[in-house]
Amino acid sequence: MKPINKISSVLTPLERKNVDTDQIISKEFLKRIERTGFGKYLFYHWRFHADGTPVEDFVLNDPRFNGSEILVAQENFGCGSSREHAPWAILDYGFRVVIAPSYADIFYNNCVKNGILPIRLKDEEVNELIDKGQQEEFKLEINLEDQTVSAQDGTRYEFDIDPYWKEMLLKGWDEIALTFQYDAYIAAYEERARRA
Amino acid sequence: MAKTIIEKIWEQHIVFEEQGKPDLLYIDLHLLHEVTSPQAFEGLRLNGRKVRRPDLCFATMDHNVPTRNRETITDPISRKQIKTLQDNCDEFGVPLAGINHPDQGIVHVIGPELGLTQPGKTIVCGDSHTSTHGAFGALAFGIGTSEVEHVLSTQTLWQSKPKTMEVRIDGKLGFGVSSKDVILAIISKFGIDMGTGHVMEYTGEAIRGLSMEERMTICNMSIEAGARAGLISPDGTTVEYLRGRRNVPEGEAFEKEAARWLALATDEGAQYDTSVTIHADEISPFVTWGTNPSMGSGIAERVPSAADYDKQSDKDALKQALAYMHLEEGTPLSSIDIQHVFIGSCTNARLGDLRAASEIIKGKRVHPSVTAIVVPGSETVKRAAEQEGLDQVFLEAGFEWRETGCSMCLAMNEDSVPAGERCASTSNRNFEGRQGAGSMTHLVSPVMAAAAAIEGHLTDVRNYMKEPVPSL
Repeated sequence: MKPINKISSVLTPLERKNVDTDQIISKEFLKRIERTGFGKYLFYHWRFHADGTPVEDFVLNDPRFNGSEILVAQENFGCGSSREHAPWAILDYGFRVVIAPSYADIFYNNCVKNGILPIRLKDEEVNELIDKGQQEEFKLEINLEDQTVSAQDGTRYEFDIDPYWKEMLLKGWDEIALTFQYDAYIAAYEERARRA
Repeated sequence: MAKTIIEKIWEQHIVFEEQGKPDLLYIDLHLLHEVTSPQAFEGLRLNGRKVRRPDLCFATMDHNVPTRNRETITDPISRKQIKTLQDNCDEFGVPLAGINHPDQGIVHVIGPELGLTQPGKTIVCGDSHTSTHGAFGALAFGIGTSEVEHVLSTQTLWQSKPKTMEVRIDGKLGFGVSSKDVILAIISKFGIDMGTGHVMEYTGEAIRGLSMEERMTICNMSIEAGARAGLISPDGTTVEYLRGRRNVPEGEAFEKEAARWLALATDEGAQYDTSVTIHADEISPFVTWGTNPSMGSGIAERVPSAADYDKQSDKDALKQALAYMHLEEGTPLSSIDIQHVFIGSCTNARLGDLRAASEIIKGKRVHPSVTAIVVPGSETVKRAAEQEGLDQVFLEAGFEWRETGCSMCLAMNEDSVPAGERCASTSNRNFEGRQGAGSMTHLVSPVMAAAAAIEGHLTDVRNYMKEPVPSL
């Protein structure tokens, strides 16, 4: 997993709440047996008409946001299916940071395990970022170490993150290798369970 | 101290705990299917790792499998995914109910059938509807593929302790009300993210009166309320369901287990972080009109209007949903024509569901403008239904009777709803494009689906039922 600390990029405003993982990556693209190559299918049915031509007013088709690494959306982002193909698609498309007021639990976990930083900000802060992002190419500075989101116009928000997930994102840990260090505890648990 | 079942199961499964860290939790049962496992097995191979406890794993193929012409999977990518699971199970020694196995079926239907699902277990699967198994008083939750790989390698997961929520349903369910209506009404009342960060326990008189199958329908859709898991404390109904099943002990050993299971039930006076209550009187046969499972109402109602909402984001969400669903504000729900009926999925494809739907359809005909299919939840359900002659009831009415699988719930196989057409579906999600790009889904119970099949539009199933005369 690629470590993440500072990201500086234009934000992409997605003014929608309850964005479900079926929209992030539709089921017809779940048949790949690899972790890569999902980016071109991100938000496929919002991005493209049935004939494959781009939906002009969808935000990902707006050239102002080309190369953006920060996606901003409204509450309960990533609800529904547990498919990790959703964060794989987000990452493969080029986003490293998602900002929203709240996330579905499984999606949040899946982000962290793939080196995507999911930031929770207040409703009104998110709405302000979406507003600014829609008006102009609005550049944000993300700093995970300091837990801040800031911009040149003086915008500065702080965010909370579980210290364990923060460390994992900063270091880019392989969680399984980490857990292997607890093998004696796991073996002891299994021994207790056998005797019970 | 009085404890909830959630706290009891949690504490029993802590392998390691330390301040400032999630707990390392032991996993008792790991269910796998073909869509969310290939990358996890590949990860094991790349790192030279093995499956720590193949004996605690169980795999099946359900998401991709065809529901007819089983022998020829025409889609080469589906075929590859199915073959990949077969190969992975062979290589790593994981038990598998493959495509032609008599136990094959939707993973959340076969776990309980085989007695693998038991009270007090921690159960995971790379599938959000793992919450289904909570009906038995198990702590069961969906995980992503990275976590699948983690459980395969270590049989554990790092998990922060969830908050607890009681969802109490007071009173007795009314005439014609199914457990599907109960969960749809709960999500509609309290919101699609009511359960975020929580494990929900369903309690109350209405829950106690439900069969295990009906309880599974409710727990299944806990994820649609945003909950990490949903469960029901075990009782006599739970114990009797499990008695005599494969993978549960027999004789005296069973009685000992049963006593242990019953002791897991939430203690009198235990405190939850949050509690909500709904009265059974508030719940009538339900139908969704929007693009997430919280967007639903009783069948006698109308599609809401923007004026019904205070928040701008809710008004916007309504507008987006109705644009997708091609519906106008204020339209009576019972006037909405449908072209497809799907009775199936991990929510509503068990024997009891098929029996209930067949009661409505018996001697009637599917409306000429409707294509209706029944997809039993497992081979076992299918065999049992055929033994009772349910297949004949459906076939005579004009339904198709298919092989088992997830099918039209998510349309990963060829069973899909064409763009611009509507489906009354017993599945769990009405997200945009869920049953096929441009398709429109109305979530309903099996009996409501059956009634819609007859009429060709959404309709109140109570018109097809005889109300029992109340005894004095």
